[in-house]
Amino acid sequence: MTLLIQYTLIFASVLTLVALGGCFSEHSGVINLGLEGIMVMGALGGALALKSFGNAPYVVVVIGTILISAASGLLYSVLLGVASIHFKADQTLVGTAMNILSTAAATVIVKAINMAENPDNVSSTIQYVNAKKAFIVRMGSFEFNWFMLVALIGLITAYVLLYKTRFGLRLMACGENPQAADSVGINVFRMRWAGVLISGILGGIGGIVYITAGVSEWKFETGVAGFGFLALAVMIFGQWKPINIGLAAILFGFFRALSNVYSGFDFLAALKLPGTVYNMMPYVISLVVLAFTSKNSRAPKAEGIPYDKGSR
Amino acid sequence: MKRKESIFKNAGFQSILAAVICVVIGIFVGYLVLLAINPAGASEGIVTIMKNYFNYPTKPAAMKYLGNTLVKTAPLLLCALSINFCYKVGLFNIGAAGQYVVGAGACLYAALALKLPWIVCLVLAVLAGAIWGMFVGFLKAYGNVNEVISGIMLNWIGLYSVNMLLAKVKEPTSPYTFNLAATNAAAVLPTLGMEKYFSNNRYVTIAIPLSVIIAVVIWVILTKTKFGYELQATGFNKDASKYAGMNEKRNIILTLMIGGALAGMGAALLYLTGFEQWSTTQSSVPAMGFNGIAATFLGGLHPIGTVFASYFIQHITSGGAYLDKAIYPSQISDLISAIIIYLCGFVLFFKFMLNRRIDAGAEKKAQAEKLRAEKAAEGKTETETGKPEGGDAV
Repeated sequence: MTLLIQYTLIFASVLTLVALGGCFSEHSGVINLGLEGIMVMGALGGALALKSFGNAPYVVVVIGTILISAASGLLYSVLLGVASIHFKADQTLVGTAMNILSTAAATVIVKAINMAENPDNVSSTIQYVNAKKAFIVRMGSFEFNWFMLVALIGLITAYVLLYKTRFGLRLMACGENPQAADSVGINVFRMRWAGVLISGILGGIGGIVYITAGVSEWKFETGVAGFGFLALAVMIFGQWKPINIGLAAILFGFFRALSNVYSGFDFLAALKLPGTVYNMMPYVISLVVLAFTSKNSRAPKAEGIPYDKGSR
Repeated sequence: MKRKESIFKNAGFQSILAAVICVVIGIFVGYLVLLAINPAGASEGIVTIMKNYFNYPTKPAAMKYLGNTLVKTAPLLLCALSINFCYKVGLFNIGAAGQYVVGAGACLYAALALKLPWIVCLVLAVLAGAIWGMFVGFLKAYGNVNEVISGIMLNWIGLYSVNMLLAKVKEPTSPYTFNLAATNAAAVLPTLGMEKYFSNNRYVTIAIPLSVIIAVVIWVILTKTKFGYELQATGFNKDASKYAGMNEKRNIILTLMIGGALAGMGAALLYLTGFEQWSTTQSSVPAMGFNGIAATFLGGLHPIGTVFASYFIQHITSGGAYLDKAIYPSQISDLISAIIIYLCGFVLFFKFMLNRRIDAGAEKKAQAEKLRAEKAAEGKTETETGKPEGGDAV
């Protein structure tokens, strides 16, 4: 049972962070379908950091890894910003390209590093068994992970930033009615850049949390298995509001956690369902949830439309 | 008198120019990556990727491996057509990858477990893909669910389901499904004697000409029929087409069903040749559907352009396998395709800028000529014929 709660919380942390990233980007008016790719890049940066820190003090490992993941995600999100804000590109296309590019690039980078270290090692896997321990604090049978705290702080900060500050309200104005925002002197381009870059930071951190959640090595050829899109489903289910996103993330996190721990429950094991069924569960749930909640969606009105000063 | 328009003004030429620029930049970035990994073999590496089957010294060997590249081009082309068709109707069918997966599951199960002949297997794959596409269309039309998100979810659901289904027909000692030709020879696509031209490459089947024919059919449907016109109108403006009496919900579902059918058929065209066996332990959705996105945008969103673009994408993907594996990862090719897709995002902007430049240039020229004509008229002679039709290029 503790194990189930532990996994639910850690996967909910991933989903919260990434969905909040999507939330900032969409409130500014840019649809970020590249979150999946941003997660991969954040995970890559973080995994390489974990690998190189070795036996550094825990504080250094924790803070360093988070910063490097955030920076990787931030850098990668620039690709989305340039194309969708300045070049008025199709945001769906650019996001998709970023997802494909991230997996290919991460595989090439990891393989090149592995091969440089040992010519016989052509795998795309990075291991971080020992370094990972820095994030975990044992509390009886429950393993507290510092990332859970990071997600909670992220959630509170996002709420305050969006609803209680001038910056947040201006950001949301750019996603609802950029022309009106512009007319009162808000720089729409700058606000959209802020939204995209914040989503890069949060997506990047989400990436490293995801790959350290249940395992201690990661094969980068698999990317992050659609988790970035699950986070988008969480965001839609949460109606683009931070608190609702947090609650939605716990629900989705629970179903994701089941696939890791179902064998520990007698009544679930007795059903003798193949493990694949549990793997499929989060995707099925999200489809069902989306089918019922997208109809009355409260999506920002101007999302996905490139801002053009001349149009009305 | 009609002024001769600049070739840069021609939409087809612009698409080709844009595609070439994307390819050149994509390959250049690939070269830089090779340089970064190991400068010594970089030039040779990029040439190897571009040469693909020409890496073989003899002509028969090269022809045989050209055959292999074509065998994999056919499914890629159908996935690309699937995405192309839906995009014309304003839908981004990223679910093509999953529709491809269920198509593979349906045709392989029909062939290996039910021992059905190839034509039935092919039809089943088409149906399976169409049903998978229908889910996306239904969710979009009645639930307003973003087709990209539902498509991705269905990709994973499809992958896990197919892995479970095909585990029933896998070899006992490996994760791969049974050998097709040995288990059910009637399920192998006919070759019609084409293998002779490819050094007896028995994987060269009717799949290859069939895929090109389908591309032409899609082009005809989109541009020459009322049905295609209705679908494209729905894509341009959902509300206007509804107002004009078109059933936009039906059109969305129908489009994604056709898209799904194309992707499902693509899978059958590959797996019914016996060229590849399905691995029931694969943990990521096959790249075919995603490479289709690259091919369709590189082909300028035109079904015929897509034929050539699909070949190119498959050419470099196959070429990546010939890289010296001790130095370079073969995924460099995927990297190049991904960069090409990203660059395709800039194509619209590129065309817009190009047109604006040409128009600005034409306007300047027209004004200069007008001035000259006025001056000449002030002189004495009439130079009416040379008078430019102001702004014809706008």
